[in-house]
Amino acid sequence: MDVISIKGTDDTPSVTLDKDKGAFIFEGRSLPEDVGDFYQPILNWLDAYAQEPNDTTDVMFKLEYFNTASSKVILDILLKFEEINEAKGGVTIKWHYHEDEEDMKEAGEEYEDIVSEPFEYIVY
Amino acid sequence: MNKIVGSKDFLEFAYELYHTMQANEINLVYEGVVTQEITKTFTALTEKNMVKNEESNQVQRKVFNVMVECLQNISKHADAMTEDADEERRGIVLVSHGENFYNVITGNVIKKEKRDKLEKSLEHINSLDKEGLSALYKQQIKEGKLSEKGGAGLGFIDIAKKSGNKIEYQFKELTDDRFFFIVITTISRNN
Repeated sequence: MDVISIKGTDDTPSVTLDKDKGAFIFEGRSLPEDVGDFYQPILNWLDAYAQEPNDTTDVMFKLEYFNTASSKVILDILLKFEEINEAKGGVTIKWHYHEDEEDMKEAGEEYEDIVSEPFEYIVY
Repeated sequence: MNKIVGSKDFLEFAYELYHTMQANEINLVYEGVVTQEITKTFTALTEKNMVKNEESNQVQRKVFNVMVECLQNISKHADAMTEDADEERRGIVLVSHGENFYNVITGNVIKKEKRDKLEKSLEHINSLDKEGLSALYKQQIKEGKLSEKGGAGLGFIDIAKKSGNKIEYQFKELTDDRFFFIVITTISRNN
């Protein structure tokens, strides 16, 4: 499978999606005005990955900040992982948040209420 | 209001503006088109100021967050004064701080027909406590669809959640079918 490796900017996160290495990473800031342009290739990649996922899929979210438009797309991403988890199992969302940032922890908990895959919280 | 014509008047105006800004601890004032570039520049500038003032990470993040949502609201939802589709979407942005708070103030033109819906939605958001806002946020994120302009319908809910204070707003009538919509968000410094 193709590897997605996007370097972060001041308004888009760095993203690594690598099936062979088992790396599924979203890190940094996400506040693009048009989230579609940035996230569509990522959602397409996840559709393809869902066809033949690894036995375990540990997804790392280490976001510093995201705007509300991104929050909607992040839910779409989590829903794709939920589908994979329902079909094959093995998905864990590892939600990282800075020790000073209760809001980011709460954002993770709100997603956890909506989707069914397991969440682990990691403070940094 | 009288227009400033001569250079002497302008100097007076600049001097008064300087004093007003100092007296009210205004960090940033802008009137003009709001684009993604402007949003990035202003949030970065405000962040830099807050770092210099040794503001806590949490407050920095909240101010940043509220600014992004307010500015993107303008760039997505502001209306022009006329029906000319090419006319620019402008707004005002003001950031000030006192001993105990930061204020993010924005203003932009909206069409009259948007007022009722906006007012109802803001009244509803202001009637909710923390749990209520979280429930509304989850409902909207699940059920809402991204609009053509990329809005998720979550902006004001998020602003209320992150600021922890009621959103102040006002509609000032400009013409028969245009209002100036002003939003004041307060972020407390000592949580």
